[in-house]
Amino acid sequence: MISRFEEVINSDKFIVTTEVAPPKGTNLEKMLHHIDILKDKVDAINVTDHQSSVMRFPSLGGCLAIKEKGGEPIMQMTCRDRNRMALEADLLFAYSRGIRNVLCLTGDAVPVGDHKEAKGVFDLDSLQLLMAIRQLMSGKDLGGNELEGTVEFCMGAIVTPEAQPLEPQLVKFEKKIEAGAQFFQTQAIYDLENFASFMRYARKFNTKILAGIVLLSSARMAKYMTENVPGIFVPQDLIDEMSGTPKEGMLAKGIEIAGRTIAILKKEALCDGVHIMAIGREEVVPDILKAAGL
Amino acid sequence: MKSITKQKPIEEIENSLQGMDKVFVIGCGTCTTLTKTGGVEQVEAMKESLQQIGKRVTGGTVIPTACDDMTEETMKENEQYIRSADCVLSMSCALGVHRMTLYLDKPVIPAVDTLFIGVEESPGYFREVCSQCGQCLLGETAGICPITACHKGLVNGPCGGTNNGKCEVDKEKDCAWTLIYNRLKEQNRLDLMRRYQPPRNHHVTLKPGIMKIE
Repeated sequence: MISRFEEVINSDKFIVTTEVAPPKGTNLEKMLHHIDILKDKVDAINVTDHQSSVMRFPSLGGCLAIKEKGGEPIMQMTCRDRNRMALEADLLFAYSRGIRNVLCLTGDAVPVGDHKEAKGVFDLDSLQLLMAIRQLMSGKDLGGNELEGTVEFCMGAIVTPEAQPLEPQLVKFEKKIEAGAQFFQTQAIYDLENFASFMRYARKFNTKILAGIVLLSSARMAKYMTENVPGIFVPQDLIDEMSGTPKEGMLAKGIEIAGRTIAILKKEALCDGVHIMAIGREEVVPDILKAAGL
Repeated sequence: MKSITKQKPIEEIENSLQGMDKVFVIGCGTCTTLTKTGGVEQVEAMKESLQQIGKRVTGGTVIPTACDDMTEETMKENEQYIRSADCVLSMSCALGVHRMTLYLDKPVIPAVDTLFIGVEESPGYFREVCSQCGQCLLGETAGICPITACHKGLVNGPCGGTNNGKCEVDKEKDCAWTLIYNRLKEQNRLDLMRRYQPPRNHHVTLKPGIMKIE
């Protein structure tokens, strides 16, 4: 097996991953604390790569911290900031330091972030990055040159089951599977009926699907996401459930909803696992797991 | 094909003209006339603006097509007015600026920024449709260039930022891959979108591009 995580995805276990976000700056205290409380409770921890195009401490650095603490990292790698040479080099380095799982992403657009005038690179896209890793694994770089010592990675990708329109996304999803994506972490899902319909389709393929669970921390956030974040739809009954909760109980309600959703997904075997994104509230992930009965 | 331009703010022009009091203004009868950034009216308005900021305007003209070889003749026709100026303020696109500098030993200062090469889809509505990448994919993408029409230039399908057929960077902009998908579907050619597109060659022509017709 390439990694501990690959072993998990090749088993029948209900897979649980979560993520930590590196800080803007060098004070790693909070991220390290999150790693400490999460590393033994989940199968792997993603480290985001300048999430939402906001410049931060690198994913690679966060992954090394997880390794040092004995955890299992999934390195998120976007194509926004590095050309193919830089991506390849970072993969070589990551491998040399024991990182074995990579989540291949295109990356958000530069203008949505905090360095609005920076050049968006996108020399490769998410699909080409998957293919690039395969090429490195075959012992050659993208220039066709032999590597002195190669790499091995368990590769993942993402899919957005709530995208409008969905069909073009599914074409790319299938291309990612053909390129060798062994697991998918989805964008946030809340509408289980819609997700079940996506899964009826996705089950045809030989890959593992981890449903994206984003913690709702307030009614306002739920409303904002559904109105503004591409590919996220929060059904009205969930927004009502949140807004009918007193302010001081909102976070607990969000934890309850996330836990409940995970429990249903697992009980009804709708998918292979979950990827929990607590977005700034990583310390409550153990509470979500508890609420889910995991 | 039109060179699409936007006039620079007068403060920026004033800053570029520091130490140069006498100015000759040149517009272009082709692209900047169409985009109303450097035609006859805009050249007249610029002359007034320059006078208001204390410059002396030695003259002005609009060259039929500033980027072609007729530019040299126009320069000769206006030689005495240009000679008495400290610089030329160009209201043509950057191609015209380049051309003028071939025939002048005076500074040529651009008054417009060149944004993109576009087509006029309907009167007054210009759109960038080609990035001159040197590896045309239009045959596989139903005539919509993903390198240009997709903000990220993705060639293998949409990203997750597509939102009801619009782009995450601007709700006014269509998601290129939604358009491509719809058109290929209509043409019953979706198999083209399922094809893997390898990484692009960014050096099809080594920059700067040069082409010599034998």
